[in-house]
Formats: sequence, structure tokens, C-alpha cells
Amino acid sequence: MELEAFRLVDRVETLSLPERRIVMRGEVPLRSSILDAHFPGHPIMPGVLLIEAMAQASGYLLLALDGCARMPFLAEVREAKLRAFVPPGGILSVEADLEHDGSGYAVTRGRIAREGKRVAEAELRFRTVPFPSPELRARMVAAVRDVGIA
Amino acid sequence: MADTIDAIAEIIASTCNVDRATITPESHIIDDLGVDSLDFLDIAFAIDKRFGIKMPVEGWMEDVNAGRASSDDFFILRNLATRIDALAAARPASA
Repeated sequence: MELEAFRLVDRVETLSLPERRIVMRGEVPLRSSILDAHFPGHPIMPGVLLIEAMAQASGYLLLALDGCARMPFLAEVREAKLRAFVPPGGILSVEADLEHDGSGYAVTRGRIAREGKRVAEAELRFRTVPFPSPELRARMVAAVRDVGIA
Repeated sequence: MADTIDAIAEIIASTCNVDRATITPESHIIDDLGVDSLDFLDIAFAIDKRFGIKMPVEGWMEDVNAGRASSDDFFILRNLATRIDALAAARPASA
């Protein structure tokens, strides 16, 4: 993870297009100015970044499923639960399942676990739109490759 | 179709906090009920799930924006119900 770069997941661990499911790994850095501030003397991963991690895993799943044809933008977070603190150095398993592929939108279910224990979960809804710029699409294609999606 | 209209009205009322009594078959979902695009995303998801369909909302909007259709054709409740019934009838039978 690079919190300051807003990179909340590192690598794909498993991806099943037929099952419309992805599992990604995210390693919380040992040092980060964000963790220094959140909180002094008790550094933990901010809950909004846990939600972002689930959104990014969901986004990679959607990009993989449609061959980077459309860009998913997070539109709604529902039923979010942040169950446990995540300290620096924590290794996270970030999962996402596609619950529904609609016309111009998608709904996923995200989950995060650490050492086999549930950390967070949420239902996430995305608008899926044609890429607003070729630059963004090129960056996303590169990002998809970088995280290990062929 | 009356059942479909009722189901859509219930979805709109519960999803968008609209008084069910104000929703009629002639209501325009956007113009009369004040539903915005994010609310409509929720409505579309609830309808897709309820009827086991995928409403082609993007195609409808393209037709409206290109002047090939009126938004009334898709977003007046009675017309939307007709389209949903057609989509549900065309749905492949599950194994």
C-alpha cells in the first residue's frame, strides 16, 4: 500500500471472472504520515481508507470483467461495518464480489479480513461510464497490469 | 400491469422517501417525484432485482438525449411498468 498515493491494494491473489470475484492483498505500511496523524500514539488505518480499499478491489474486478471498457466511479456506500483496528504492518485480504451488473451501474459486496478475522465489510455501488479521457484509461490499464491482472 | 405499477411505486416510496400516496401511474419519476440520478440508481437496482431483469437505462437515456424518444416514454410510471413487464416476459426461463 501507498497511502499517500491512494493505492490501497497491492496485488491480486485470486480472480475468478466466472464467479465475478476478486481477492487482493494489501499490506499496511509501517510508516506513513497518515498513520502518524491517525492517531498520535495509536496508529491505525483510517476507516474511510478501509472502505476505499474495498472500492479499489471492486474497481479492479469491474475493470477485469469488462476488459477496461468502462470506468467505475464509487457512488454509494451502504451497510458499512468497521469491526476491528488495523495497525501498521497489517496484512489485509480485500475481497469483492459482483452482486449485480446493471445498465450504467454495478453493485459489489466488499470484505476485508486480517489474520482470518473480519475487519470490515460494505455494499458498494458504482456508476460505470465510458472513460472520460484516454489518459485515464491508459493509467487504469497500466494499473490493472501492475496489480497482476493479465 | 397494475401489480408492476404498485411494485415500482413501493420501491420509489421506500428508496427515495417519497409519500406513496403522491405516486400515481401518471407520475413522471424525475419531473414529478424529484428523483435524482443517484436515487434512480437505487431504484434501478431494486427493480432489476425484484423482476430479475436488467433495465437498459443507458440506452433509454441515449434515445432521450438524441431526440429519438421522450423521457415520458420511460419515466412515466405507467410506461415504465409496460417496459418492465416486456423485459420480464422476454427473460430466459431459469434452468
